[in-house]
Amino acid sequence: MSEDGNMLLSVKNIEVVYNHVILVLKGVSLEVPEGGIVALLGANGAGKSTTLKSISNLLRAERGDVTKGTIEYMGEQVDSLTPNALVSKGVIQVMEGRHCFEHLTVEENLLTGSYTRKDGRAAVQRDLDMVYSYFPRLVDRQTSLAGYVSGGEQQMVAIGRALMAKPKLILLDEPSMGLAPQLVEEIFEIVHRLNKDEGVSFLLAEQNTSVALRYASYGYILENGRIVMDGDADKLASNEDVKEFYLGMAAGERKSFRDVKHYRRRKRWLA
Amino acid sequence: MEVLNAIFVLPFVDMFSEPIFFAEVVVGGLLTGVMYSLVALGFVLIFKASGVFNFAQGAMVLFAALTLVGLMEKGVPVWLALIIAAGVMVIVAVIIEKLVLRPLVNQPDIILFMATIGITFFLEGFGETVWGSDIHRLDVGIPDAPFEIGGMLLNEFDIWAAAIGAAMVGGLALFFRYTVIGRALRAVADDHQAALSVGIPLKTIWIVVWSVAGFVGLVAGIMWGTKSGVQFSLSLIALKALPVLILGGFTSIPGAIVGGLIIGVGEKVAEIYWGPLIGGAIENWFAYMLALVFLLFRPQGLFGEKIIERV
Ligand SMILES: Nc1ncnc2c1ncn2[C@@H]1O[C@H](COP(=O)(O)OP(=O)(O)OP(=O)(O)O)[C@@H](O)[C@H]1O
Ligand SMILES: [Mg+2]
Repeated sequence: MSEDGNMLLSVKNIEVVYNHVILVLKGVSLEVPEGGIVALLGANGAGKSTTLKSISNLLRAERGDVTKGTIEYMGEQVDSLTPNALVSKGVIQVMEGRHCFEHLTVEENLLTGSYTRKDGRAAVQRDLDMVYSYFPRLVDRQTSLAGYVSGGEQQMVAIGRALMAKPKLILLDEPSMGLAPQLVEEIFEIVHRLNKDEGVSFLLAEQNTSVALRYASYGYILENGRIVMDGDADKLASNEDVKEFYLGMAAGERKSFRDVKHYRRRKRWLA
Repeated sequence: MEVLNAIFVLPFVDMFSEPIFFAEVVVGGLLTGVMYSLVALGFVLIFKASGVFNFAQGAMVLFAALTLVGLMEKGVPVWLALIIAAGVMVIVAVIIEKLVLRPLVNQPDIILFMATIGITFFLEGFGETVWGSDIHRLDVGIPDAPFEIGGMLLNEFDIWAAAIGAAMVGGLALFFRYTVIGRALRAVADDHQAALSVGIPLKTIWIVVWSVAGFVGLVAGIMWGTKSGVQFSLSLIALKALPVLILGGFTSIPGAIVGGLIIGVGEKVAEIYWGPLIGGAIENWFAYMLALVFLLFRPQGLFGEKIIERV
């Protein structure tokens, strides 16, 4: 991921501070190519959500600030745009924990996603049909209050709602959270199809490393506010350290990623 | 025994022995109730969309009415004065959003509440500085003649007030349900952050609700002002709206309406039939009593949005 030319999104060395004091991201850089699915992996509190929120600029509403670095979308610097402006340009975040509008019906939830659009009712209706075709389960739920549908259906509503904005890039935060494995698979399968058929790019924050790496083409591993490793998804998936610490394939206690490096470095040194 | 009789039996005997008078009392109560509903409605709108308990709603009623009456006293025709007063309420909304809400976003609710107390003093003070503090007579030309239906003596103005109130409420309900902005308002009311994330700009939404609350305030101000003159005490109806809200639920538009009507009728009936027992003035505290009972037994109010809990 080096040549800048066809990058949809490039985040360059950003630092994020909450409440003017808490430094959470300490120089994060990443890129999403046009039409790609990129995974951002890491444990609890690593800074995945913070990274996505700095891109969508939902950070401000949580008293967070990007204090260093730049964010470029389609070659344009977008750090100071409002979420509203970003959604109009095609960048939308699906927040962790789904955040459906509980007292609105499923269909009303989907329609709120079209708020920024100016291409008319017919186009919105077409996209609504498109969303229902990807998530046929939602058809039966159209008139139910979103607060009462199942967790999996809420995740579908959240993704469908984002699709209604006609996005180029979806920042998808932990879609697998709290869902049964089969449902996780179903959701990722749909993400994959949306990427292939509708050309939507995804930046995907996940703790579920194995699923994410199967569907993504490229991955970044975030630890403590820093990218500690990145590479093609299949390379990451077969990397011994990733296997050990993020895919849970080795027995024993999980250490921090940095400890491994020390350990390896020492081994190399000894060898 | 006699005490019980006087409390639990005699008032009802009175009601049944003079049904026409009783009906007059109820209708009178309903009409006052419409006014309460209108004021409470302004609260609910703002509370729903911005989670702010707007103490300044009463002051907005006063300010809107003062602006209207002030313009009319300067010889501006009614229709133009109405348009200008409505426009002034939009400007007030924009200024409040820019100077108060936006800088205080993410602050604890109590800070925003205190900010609305500040707005109250400002609007009251500014309104009186500009338009003076005398009682102004307001007459926007709504017919005001008594007439009789089935032996009941009614006032044409009251009927107009009720009709306008009902139309306003119906219009708002449709606006909320079927328009893009209305849907966005409900979305913001449900989840600020999620609304931001789909690109709904809070700024626009806030200006819209405060403006709508301003219009509702203007209508309420016209009704009250016509009845009892435009004066400082208009600002105090905000205090009457509080029990209405507790009764109806802070987030419910139908709740504001029904709550207002119940309190309007309840306090009139209580005053007339039970008041003499304790020397009157029940009207002053009845609403708060009722609110207290509700707080104890049904804190979400009659129509408060169900707290969705999934198991
Ligand atoms: N609004 C906030 N104010 C202060 N600190 C915050 C805020 N939001 C997050 N943090 C801190 O920033 C760090 C990174 O949080 P973030 O939510 O980005 O992690 P994450 O990788 O998404 O974790 P998870 O997998 O648990 O969602 C955490 O230490 C968290 O406590
Ligand atoms: Mg997170």
